[in-house]
Amino acid sequence: MTAETHKKLGLETLRAAISRLEGHSDRRRTVLPFGVREIDGRLPGGGLALGALHEVAGGGNDALHSAAAGQFCAGIAARTRGKVLWIVTRQDVFAPSMKQVGLSARRTIFVEASSDVDVLACFEEGLRHGGLGAVVAEVARLSMTASRRLQLAAETSGSLGIAIRRWRRQTEAADFGQPTASVTRWRVSVLPSAPLPVPGVGRPRWLLELIRARAGECADFEVEACDGKGRLSLPAALADRPDQEAAGQRRANA
Amino acid sequence: MLSVDLAARKLGLRPGIPVAKAQALYPDLVLMDADPEGDRLGLEKLALWFQHRIAPIVAVDAPDGLVLDTTGTDHLHGGELPMLKDMIHRMAGAGFRARAVVADTWGSAHAIARYGRAPIAVVPSGKTASALADLPIEALRLPHTIVEGLATLGVSRIGPLAAMPRAPLALRFGPDVARRLDQAFGRIGEAIVPVRPVDPVEVSRNFAEPIGAAETIARYIGKLVPLLCQGLDERGQGVRRLDLLLHRVDSRTEAIRVATAMPVRDTKRLTRLLCEKIETINPGFGIERMVLIASLAEPMDRRQTVSSLIAEEEADVSDLIDTLANRVGTQALYRFTPVESDLPERSFCRVPALAPEETKNWPDHWPRPTRLLARPEPVQAMAELPDQPPLFFIWRGVRRKVKCADGPERVFGEWWKNDAELTIARDYFRVEDTSGERFWLYRAGDGEHGETGSQGWFLHGIFG
Repeated sequence: MTAETHKKLGLETLRAAISRLEGHSDRRRTVLPFGVREIDGRLPGGGLALGALHEVAGGGNDALHSAAAGQFCAGIAARTRGKVLWIVTRQDVFAPSMKQVGLSARRTIFVEASSDVDVLACFEEGLRHGGLGAVVAEVARLSMTASRRLQLAAETSGSLGIAIRRWRRQTEAADFGQPTASVTRWRVSVLPSAPLPVPGVGRPRWLLELIRARAGECADFEVEACDGKGRLSLPAALADRPDQEAAGQRRANA
Repeated sequence: MLSVDLAARKLGLRPGIPVAKAQALYPDLVLMDADPEGDRLGLEKLALWFQHRIAPIVAVDAPDGLVLDTTGTDHLHGGELPMLKDMIHRMAGAGFRARAVVADTWGSAHAIARYGRAPIAVVPSGKTASALADLPIEALRLPHTIVEGLATLGVSRIGPLAAMPRAPLALRFGPDVARRLDQAFGRIGEAIVPVRPVDPVEVSRNFAEPIGAAETIARYIGKLVPLLCQGLDERGQGVRRLDLLLHRVDSRTEAIRVATAMPVRDTKRLTRLLCEKIETINPGFGIERMVLIASLAEPMDRRQTVSSLIAEEEADVSDLIDTLANRVGTQALYRFTPVESDLPERSFCRVPALAPEETKNWPDHWPRPTRLLARPEPVQAMAELPDQPPLFFIWRGVRRKVKCADGPERVFGEWWKNDAELTIARDYFRVEDTSGERFWLYRAGDGEHGETGSQGWFLHGIFG
């Protein structure tokens, strides 16, 4: 037995011990893969964990608008099954845009809560129910206690919970550094779109930063924004393109 | 014979002829005993159904009719004529041939429905007198003796009767003739006393010692709800609105009301809905009596669910909807649905979360921004006329240089809604600034003609 396999076995037993301590070893952990190898590879389990709370915030000015962050979450929600609960305090979601990333208006139920406290209460209620595909809430402050409640609710029901952190002032956005119980934490910032050979705006691009992942490492990716079915993709220039490579080889040989 | 069906009528039989005579004519005639009591009960049931579906004020117009006050409710059914058609259609579905008339007064509607030509009619307001003139006087709800008496006088139509001097008529036949005429023509009012729903499902509990603690209230809610559900189960009903009345020792009453989007008979769910509202109760010196009333109950059928062999059934979220609606209010819980309009702010509307799903969808020609500002914000911009995107714009004090843009997408005002919008146009552009942020800008106007708008620039949405 090589040293490598020894190390692997040790890690396996350690992981098993940790999950036993965490108390959800009996539950089958399921994930929602992004379908992009580079991103899924960085996430424990190979995708966004279901039955967990995730946090998403916009970068730069998007911390206030949450346009890219909202689109990113809509894309994730679009790839789940069942109804989606979307909880807001100030309603400015433009429903046709959600349809353009594959999240139909028929599936999305909005809740307009009057305060952050109400948002969190509805969020928890939605997560506890367990019959929803995803529960998305736009919330500014998320304390450790609140996030732990949400994480527990998500864990017991197996629902996917996404908190879009959205602040009213740029100075408040520093709050994103505070620790919470969420499993992953993402920041989505807009990047200049893919250049086109003709005048016009190309496919939008985002800088997707995985700031925190429980049992995983941080990473950042430059991705092309969600397509009509909510899927991300890597820009063609960055993706390794084995098929094209092979085609080029064939062409060179011919 | 009291009544005959269509086939018998074709044979020449009419209500009123003796049974023996009819049997002599047609020996294989099928006869059934009349059941006036059963008819009356059936009619009352039907009245309740109409009260539930059409209008709140419904009364039995014995022996064979119903009278409804549809004031202010016809628009809910698409207008008066569609409403009548719908009623007749539903009655036909249940195996009844019915006639329906909308008129100004109970008397005239009664007369025209029974003696008018068309099975469905809407008598315009103010045309009652002319509509009634040709009808026989039997239509006036007068006793049989008076009708016969008038017939011997040679009066058979309402028009001539109404034109006769009142005094001799009153002297001979009593006040009924004048009263019925006035009621039919709307000169005196006639109240419709609505049917009352049958006693609601209700359970109650008295306490020897007044209770006050939230846990105790919750415990007794937990005891009352199963009893209520049992009562509902016996009737095959589910609750839509549930009232919990708490009578305090100082003879004041506290109330909790919960509503559900669909009929519910689930003990756990109702208990939970009620228990969430306990904190709103002020028990004062204690509660001595609790009454739980299903103030609005609807029939609830057991439905066949989709077999997992064919398709996986989507989870039922109606219980979550109820919980949230009782917390944040029904208005705050909605879905968006497409509206056919090119103007972005009019292209959607809110519908209840559990409204039936529509098949319409938004057109997918152009990318749409994730966030739409509630009101377009004016920006300072410089653009080449007539149809070039801006070169730069200043929004909220930040100057942004436009790197690339898509557009224009021209949107015209909806002149069929508002005369002022006849000439209005907007040119929408999707622009990206040098830092990569994408915005939805529009120019009010087409850039050439002054009447199409102010030619100012506005920011309407933000792209992800």
